[in-house]
Amino acid sequence: MTDATSQMITTADGKPLKAALAASLAVRRRRAFLLVAPLFLFILISFIVPIGQMLFQSFYNDTFSKNAPALVEWFSTHPEGSEIDESAYAALAADLALMKKNRSAGEAGTRINYDVSGTRSLFTSTARGADKFQPPFKEAILKVEKKWDDPNVWRAMRSASSPFTLDFYLAANDLTRDETGKIVPVAEGQAIYKKLMGRTLMLSLEITALCLLLGFPIAFLLSSLPMRKAMLLMILVLLPFWTSLLVRTTAWMVLLQSQGVVNDLLVWLGLIRDDHRIQMMYNETGTIVAMTHILLPFTILPLYSVMKTIPPSYVRAARSLGATSWTAFRRVYLPQTLPGIGAGGLLVFILAMGYYITPALVGGADGQMISNMIAMHMQKTLNWSLAAALAAELLAIVLIFFWIYDKLVGIDKMKLG
Amino acid sequence: MALPVYASPLERLWHYTYLVICALILIFLIAPIIIVIPLSFNAEPYFTFTQKMLTFDPEGYSLRWYDALLTFGMQNPEAERGSAFWWDFWHNATWMQVTKNSVIIGVCATLLSAGLGTIAALGLTRPEMPFRKQITAVLISPMIVPIIISATGMFFFYSGQWLPVLSLSGGVHLEWGRLAGTYAGIILAHAALGIPFVIITVTATLSGFDQSLVRAAASLGANPRTAFFRVVMPLILPGVVSGGLFAFVTSFDEVVAVLFIANHDQQTIPRQMWNGIREQISPAILAVATILVVISIALLATVELLRRRSERLRGLSPR
Repeated sequence: MTDATSQMITTADGKPLKAALAASLAVRRRRAFLLVAPLFLFILISFIVPIGQMLFQSFYNDTFSKNAPALVEWFSTHPEGSEIDESAYAALAADLALMKKNRSAGEAGTRINYDVSGTRSLFTSTARGADKFQPPFKEAILKVEKKWDDPNVWRAMRSASSPFTLDFYLAANDLTRDETGKIVPVAEGQAIYKKLMGRTLMLSLEITALCLLLGFPIAFLLSSLPMRKAMLLMILVLLPFWTSLLVRTTAWMVLLQSQGVVNDLLVWLGLIRDDHRIQMMYNETGTIVAMTHILLPFTILPLYSVMKTIPPSYVRAARSLGATSWTAFRRVYLPQTLPGIGAGGLLVFILAMGYYITPALVGGADGQMISNMIAMHMQKTLNWSLAAALAAELLAIVLIFFWIYDKLVGIDKMKLG
Repeated sequence: MALPVYASPLERLWHYTYLVICALILIFLIAPIIIVIPLSFNAEPYFTFTQKMLTFDPEGYSLRWYDALLTFGMQNPEAERGSAFWWDFWHNATWMQVTKNSVIIGVCATLLSAGLGTIAALGLTRPEMPFRKQITAVLISPMIVPIIISATGMFFFYSGQWLPVLSLSGGVHLEWGRLAGTYAGIILAHAALGIPFVIITVTATLSGFDQSLVRAAASLGANPRTAFFRVVMPLILPGVVSGGLFAFVTSFDEVVAVLFIANHDQQTIPRQMWNGIREQISPAILAVATILVVISIALLATVELLRRRSERLRGLSPR
């Protein structure tokens, strides 16, 4: 034993104090973690992992490769650019026969159909007589369906022969591959996703700006009124917050209809003519108005909680030093509200990006957002991989802004009501 | 806020303009919610005020949409309003069924998320909690992730056949079932969506909690369990209840997860409203909206009272 250890402080039962403290800290850490563990596991298993699984489909799709083993084998031995010869058609014939046996031609064809439209029926119709093909297979197959000659179909099959693919991310960004396999933008008329993503961002920004613009005066008023009056006015802010989203959306549908209250009021006031009623619903205006109304409390509450902590004496000091009220507001008051503006603005932006219900009900054709497109691919076209790719992009944007929110505000400072 | 006596005329003008602007914004906030109430008593199938309504003619108002709501889906809506009618109403009326579903799912999901959420919040607020930030981020994620992504993920999870169930058909044996299309599935999904609200409110309550009270209880001979139930619980209860109310409202208002996971038997109020709005919007939907607005006023009042009680208990409020 060296001199240093002999002088080490020990607990009553002779253990070194440091070790005893560390052990007791470990016990307390374990206890704290055990309290959180059940909920953490529940969220992890029923929420985080399923979303991960869903996103996994955006670059993993085995609906073709698992149904066409012979073609997968042929593609792996013949590099890109090799001639589509008899051996390729033999593999195709074998796979089509297998698909007929397993009734999976539709499933496999759907995967190719994502890249080259009209090919699902090509698979199903050819597979119907697939067990009767005799060599030479090329002639036999082309006699049934001439379209098998199309290099695009073979290129799509080559790309689908590996279950791991980036095709869906290409599609989600309005890109495709040309005959030589080079990545090119899709035809002008088919490019929708980038525009939609841009519109979602634009709408969210507009709504955030409107919310800040409308929320700032109210929060300022609430923070400067005496407590009792402020609490009364606060109820007017909190009531919409507690009212069902569908109720508020319905209310706006009723108000904004061409035969609705707002148009009636404008006609009665003589601002518009009866036969020139404004179309305010089923377009972008409807989405913006309804979403601003729904998200406004989310800006007012953080702004209010920041403004309440700003001492009024700062502005008074600025005034006494000769600043005009505008200068005092701009140079002294406004900078102090920035944390509230950041918190409220980011929260509204994050929530607005993922909105689905309101645009679906009042958005019409040009008020739709990216969520509505994801829902459409999930429920109608059943192109789950493309839905997952779009979802991954949306989630990435939302998480980036959530990360910024955490840096600026801190997630543990989030408050409700 | 009072105008200082030294304010210039321009400042006075601006001050009053500002008050008018604020009034307009507050009207924008509250008017859409208030306006559905009188419109739901419209005697005509219109979504605007008729001439008779504006002149307060009693003929312009009626309860017909509430009646339509009541009898919708009933087997024999024309029957006399006796016990047979109400039996029919309780068992067959569509809005009665969806209300039952909403309440069952909402209450169970709330109990689950409030229970688990409170325990987790107790752990999260301990100073020695490891990885607090990361774990909080995970627990709050259901609020941040766009609902369509959550619902899609849940759809895949709950449609998976991994739930062991006892099947009684042809002798007792174990089968693999799915959670989708069962009450349990929706309750779990809604519980996950409600958890962030419980975590946020309960951690906020606990952050103002004086830990020395627990030590005081211990010094007076209370074991940890007694200290928790007799000292900690009464103090954080308002936070737990208001977190639970948030979770309940989340479930009560949720439609996307129900769209993806539920089948015909588990339709809820918002799901039925969604149908009503998408197919043929009739003023009956305004009657539902009015009832829901009244419920939300009651909920808001409860939360406000709880918040004041909590602040008084913790000695935060000067009033």
